[in-house]
Amino acid sequence: MASGRKAPVIEVRDLVVDLKGSRILNGVTLDVHRGEILGFVGASGAGKSVLTRTIVGLLPKQHGRIDVFGVNLDQAGEVQRQEIERRWGILFQQGALFSSLTVGENVEFPIREYLDVSDRLMTEIAITKLEMVGLKPDVYRKFPSELSGGMIKRVALARALALDPEILFLDEPTSGLDPISAGDFDQLILTLQRTSAMAVFMVTHDLDSLHTICDRIAVLGDGKIISVGDMDTMLASQHPWLKAYFHGVRARAGLQAAAKN
Amino acid sequence: MTAGILLSGQTQGDYIELSAAGSWTAQYASAIEPQVDAATRGITASKIAINVTRIEYLDTYGAWLIERTLRHWTSQGREARLVGLHEDYRGLFEKVRAGTQTLTPPPRGLNSIVATLVTVGMKMSSVGADLVLFAQMLGSLMVALGRVALRPTSFRFTSMVNQVDRVGWRAVPIILLITVLIGAILAQQGIFHFRKFGADIYVVDMVGVLVLREVGVLIVCIMVAGRSGSSYTAEIGAMRMREEVDALRTMGFDPVEVLILPRVLALMIAVPILTFLGSMAALYGGGLVSWLYGGVQPEVFLARLREAVSVTTFEVGIIKAPFMALVIGVVACVEGLQVQGSAESLGEQTTNSVVKAIFMVIVLDGIFAMFFASIGM
Repeated sequence: MASGRKAPVIEVRDLVVDLKGSRILNGVTLDVHRGEILGFVGASGAGKSVLTRTIVGLLPKQHGRIDVFGVNLDQAGEVQRQEIERRWGILFQQGALFSSLTVGENVEFPIREYLDVSDRLMTEIAITKLEMVGLKPDVYRKFPSELSGGMIKRVALARALALDPEILFLDEPTSGLDPISAGDFDQLILTLQRTSAMAVFMVTHDLDSLHTICDRIAVLGDGKIISVGDMDTMLASQHPWLKAYFHGVRARAGLQAAAKN
Repeated sequence: MTAGILLSGQTQGDYIELSAAGSWTAQYASAIEPQVDAATRGITASKIAINVTRIEYLDTYGAWLIERTLRHWTSQGREARLVGLHEDYRGLFEKVRAGTQTLTPPPRGLNSIVATLVTVGMKMSSVGADLVLFAQMLGSLMVALGRVALRPTSFRFTSMVNQVDRVGWRAVPIILLITVLIGAILAQQGIFHFRKFGADIYVVDMVGVLVLREVGVLIVCIMVAGRSGSSYTAEIGAMRMREEVDALRTMGFDPVEVLILPRVLALMIAVPILTFLGSMAALYGGGLVSWLYGGVQPEVFLARLREAVSVTTFEVGIIKAPFMALVIGVVACVEGLQVQGSAESLGEQTTNSVVKAIFMVIVLDGIFAMFFASIGM
C-alpha cells in the first residue's frame, strides 16, 4: 500500500472510562499500526472489552482522546463518523448475528447499507466472503440458529469483513472453539490479514493465538497498559502478572509445543 | 484515489489485452461493475488477458469483479488470463479464486392455493398440539403440587411471594385506573340510553350486575394476561435460551416445580384479589358518573345497588378468577418453554402467549356462563 505501513490507524491517549461509578480504565495510551495484528491481553474483568467498546463508540469515555485514521472521534461529524465506521469491522464474542436474517442477509447487511452495488454483485461478494472464511456456499440460506458455534463465528467474521475493512476488531475470536477450530481460525485471520494488510485488534486469552499470529502484544492491568511489545519482550518482562501469565503452566506447555514444531 | 477503470487495449488478431487501472475497491464497485459487464459482452477475441499492473488499490470487490469476468470468458471456451499481478495481491486473488460460488437453487415453492391449504392444515394440527401441551402442563403442575404437598419444605415460598408482589401488588394502580374508567364508561352509556325511557335509575342494576359478574374479572384477566403472562413467557423463554432450564434439570430439579408452580400459584392468589379491587373500583367509577352526569345521589346509588345485586352476583364473578389465573399462567409457561434459540422466537412466543391466554379466558368465561345458567346462579 502507498501510505506507510507503520502509521498508526488507532491512537488512544490517556483514556479514562468509568462504569457504574467505578474506574475501569485509568489513562490508557495505545497505538495500533497499519497492517499489524495486535493481541490485547489482561486478566478477566480488567477492562479489555471496555476498551474495545469505547474505541468503537459503544461506551462513553470520561477523559482522553481516540483518533482513528488520524481523525479525532470527538470532533468527527456524523458523515465523517459513518465514513470511519465503514472502514472498520467488528467481530463480537458471541457473533451477534441478526437472528431474524439468514446468513446471506447478515453478510449483505452492511453492503446494502453502505454501498450502492447491484444485487447480483452483493450476493456474489457475500458468497465469496463466506467461502473466504472457510464455509460452504450452502450456508447462505440458513438461519444463525441452525449453525454451530464455530460456524457462527465464521459467519460473523464474514460479516465483519463484508466491506473490506482496514481495521478489524476481534473480541475473543477463539473462545469456545475446540483447539483445532481455534488453530484454523487463527490461520484464517492471519491469511485474511496478510491478503488485505488490515490492522487487527484482537482481544484474546488464547496463548496459542498470541504465539502464532500476533505481531505485538499489549497488556492491560490496573486500568493502564502495563507493557507493549512482541512475544520476546513479554517473556523477558519481570512484571509479576506478566510472569504469571507467560510463564504459567499452560504458557510453558504452549511454548514447548511451539518450539517442537 | 480515482475510481477503477477498464481500458480496452490493442487487438492483435485474435488476442486482446485489457488494462485495469485506478482503485478497484468496495467504494467504487458500483461504478466498475457496468464497465466490466460491458467488456464481457463487447469483446469477441478468443484470447484475452487482463493487465492489472496499473491497479493502485485492490480489495475483494475488485478482485471478484476481475475473477468473475475471467470465469465468464473461460466458461465460453475462450482463453482468459491475468497478467502483471502485484505480489501484494496474490494472496487475495488466490482466496477469491478458490471460491466456487455454487449456490444450490432454493427449493421450489408450492402454488398459492396449496400453500394456503398447507398453512391452514399446519395451523389446525398445531392447535391440537397446543391442547396436548396444555393438558401435559396441567398434569405436571398437579404432580409437582402433590410432591410439594408431601414435602412442604421444598416449596419455593419466597419465590411465590416475590411473584405475588410483581403480578399482584405492583399491578394494583393500573388495574384500579382501568376499571374505574370502564365502570364510568358503562354508567355513562347506560344513563345516556336509559334516559330515553326515563329509566335512569336502572343504570345501577346494569353496572352492578355487569361489573360484578363479568366485566370486572374479564378486564382484570385481560390486563394480567398482557402484563404478567407476557413477562412469564419472556422470562422462562430467556431462561430456556440461555440453557438455565436445562441446568436446573441436570441438577435434579423439576423446572415445573421450581419455576412454574410458584408463578402459577402467585397468579391464582393475585388475580382474585385484583378482581375484587377492580370490581370495587368499577362500581366507584360507575357511581361517580351516575352522580355527576346522571344526577343519582350516592345514597340512592348505594341503596339501589343493595337491592340489585346479591352476594351470589359477586360470587359468580370471583369464583371464575382463580380458574382464569390458572389458564393464563399455564398458557404463559407452556409458551415460554417452547422458545427456541432466536430472539425472533422469543417475541413470537410472547405474542402467542398473550393472544392465546386472552382467547382462553374468554372461552372459559363462556363455559362458566353456561354452567351458572344451568345451576341457576
